[in-house]
Amino acid sequence: VSVSPAEVRRVAELARLGLTPAEVERLTAELNRVLEHVDALGEVEVEAGTARRDVPDDPDSTPATQPSPLRPDDPGPDPLAAPPGSMAPAWADGFFTVPRLASHRGGPGGADTGEATGAATGGPDPESDR
Amino acid sequence: VTPGQPGGPGVAALRDAVAEGRAKAVEGARATLAAIASDAGPGGLNAFLSHDAERLEARAAALDERVDQARSEGREPGRLAGVCVAVKDNLCTTDLPTTCGSRLLEGYRSPYEATAVRRLRAAGALVAGKTNMDEFAMGSSTENSAYGPTRNPRSRDRVPGGSSGGSAAAVAAGVVPAALGSDTGGSVRQPAALCGVVGLKPTYGAVSRYGLVAFASSLDQVGTLGRTVDDAARLLEVIAGPDPLDATCADRPAPALADAARAADVDGVVVGVPDEYFPDALDGGVRDRLEAAIDALAARGARIRPVSLPHTRLAIPSYYVLAPAEASSNLARFDGVRFGRRVPAGAVEAMQTATRTAGFGAEVRRRIVLGTYALSAGYRERYYARAQAARERIRRDFDAVFAEGVDVLFTPTSPDTAFALGERVDDPYRMYLADVFTVPANLAGIPAISVPVGDVEGLPVGGQLMADRWAEPLLVRVAAGLERALADGAAVRA
Repeated sequence: VSVSPAEVRRVAELARLGLTPAEVERLTAELNRVLEHVDALGEVEVEAGTARRDVPDDPDSTPATQPSPLRPDDPGPDPLAAPPGSMAPAWADGFFTVPRLASHRGGPGGADTGEATGAATGGPDPESDR
Repeated sequence: VTPGQPGGPGVAALRDAVAEGRAKAVEGARATLAAIASDAGPGGLNAFLSHDAERLEARAAALDERVDQARSEGREPGRLAGVCVAVKDNLCTTDLPTTCGSRLLEGYRSPYEATAVRRLRAAGALVAGKTNMDEFAMGSSTENSAYGPTRNPRSRDRVPGGSSGGSAAAVAAGVVPAALGSDTGGSVRQPAALCGVVGLKPTYGAVSRYGLVAFASSLDQVGTLGRTVDDAARLLEVIAGPDPLDATCADRPAPALADAARAADVDGVVVGVPDEYFPDALDGGVRDRLEAAIDALAARGARIRPVSLPHTRLAIPSYYVLAPAEASSNLARFDGVRFGRRVPAGAVEAMQTATRTAGFGAEVRRRIVLGTYALSAGYRERYYARAQAARERIRRDFDAVFAEGVDVLFTPTSPDTAFALGERVDDPYRMYLADVFTVPANLAGIPAISVPVGDVEGLPVGGQLMADRWAEPLLVRVAAGLERALADGAAVRA
């Protein structure tokens, strides 16, 4: 299987990355080179249950380990050295603020830019907030 | 005892001098700051991304007072009292920025500190500065930093390795005796090997990752670098142990590693030498140094046993599916909403795309696209599920040799010595192969350490020791034994 430029564009859109046509071309070639080597995994038979063992110390797979420790569920004072607003790109009234969704009609980030962006990013259905 | 110089004192000597009143932490801090300053600017190492001279001196002066107080009351000053250390820039600190080598987090200041950093400070260590790294720890040369590459102190036109290249260079240049790094696929051990220092990656779950910016969560571990095994072991001893703030951190007390380093005994230890780690393509000089190290271990009473880890060839393919897949998920949080930079671009989706496109460098984008692809509908079974199954085979390979009585495995850390700056930047897969001997330990969750075993044409070679999960005391003991055997051998030849 080789990756097509259209697939690279689609995946980049899902990951919210903008790529120039030249970048799509280069990334397609690089991905195909990496996946050529990854195809060596084809010799491995997938046994039922192995796919979920994605943490090395899964207690089911390693007899020497112990269950993950849990801390007491006690409310404590806010341990932050600075309020969240101090690191946020935008913050108002105790909330992180963002531009409106592309699907929102009439807002500053509204319908005029929204249709193209929503389609390009695989974003929410324009009908969904009616 | 003057820190800040190559060949200067180690962690224990510095700490003891301060703790016993023979030296002041503030003097050490000034020497360290002078060493950082002398390597800034064009042609410098570019090992540090940030430091705060005034604050460091103030903290050192305050520490001197606390040490005096402790001594007058007959209390022990901290285990790292007055020792300046460097911290990789993906571990959160409140007093210095945490950029992960990325434009996206330029100037970002965390509102909390990583547990590993807090424990160092609590033991009396002083954080001299934050070190350069491949962006979000993705790379093997530190050339993927948005803030320019770090140079190898042993040969300034060569890479220091990566992704903890700044930490390795800072230790190799003698700026600090020890440093923190992170190791997802070899990012502590490979730069340690290329810079001629020691790099120690503990068992998965040994050190809290609270405050470590996540790359691939099933593989990431905080590790330590030092000029000697003892330096690296002393840092790990302080940062290891349970942490209620990280549920993936095991409920096991920190092992007594300084004692293990002191023992330095290899008599009767069974050292497995896996055939798969000595391929025909291995650099001839690297092979010679490794064989000399094996001879040195045998001369000290170690029993050398050839072994096989048959699934080793699947490690790189497996890793380069799993790590990007996890990264594509972990890096979704960098979207211009809660922290870092925001690039305004109309609606929220467009803003997120503009922010990520401007903020991430080429390698990070490459891995996000690769990881998103490997997890996408129709390909998940083909790539992700098989990579996970391959990982299980690799782990069973290790379990089998350790069950057969092998105590430690000995291999090269890297297939070759430090390569020239720019040599591999246009060939991602060739760069990925730099990790071929280090990735298996991450996939299996076992501890591993790289120890300098000599030079080839003036460039350092690292030998890697790996042990079973939670066998850090044995690993450190054998590593220190190897270090001592090689030093004694060199003394005899000289």
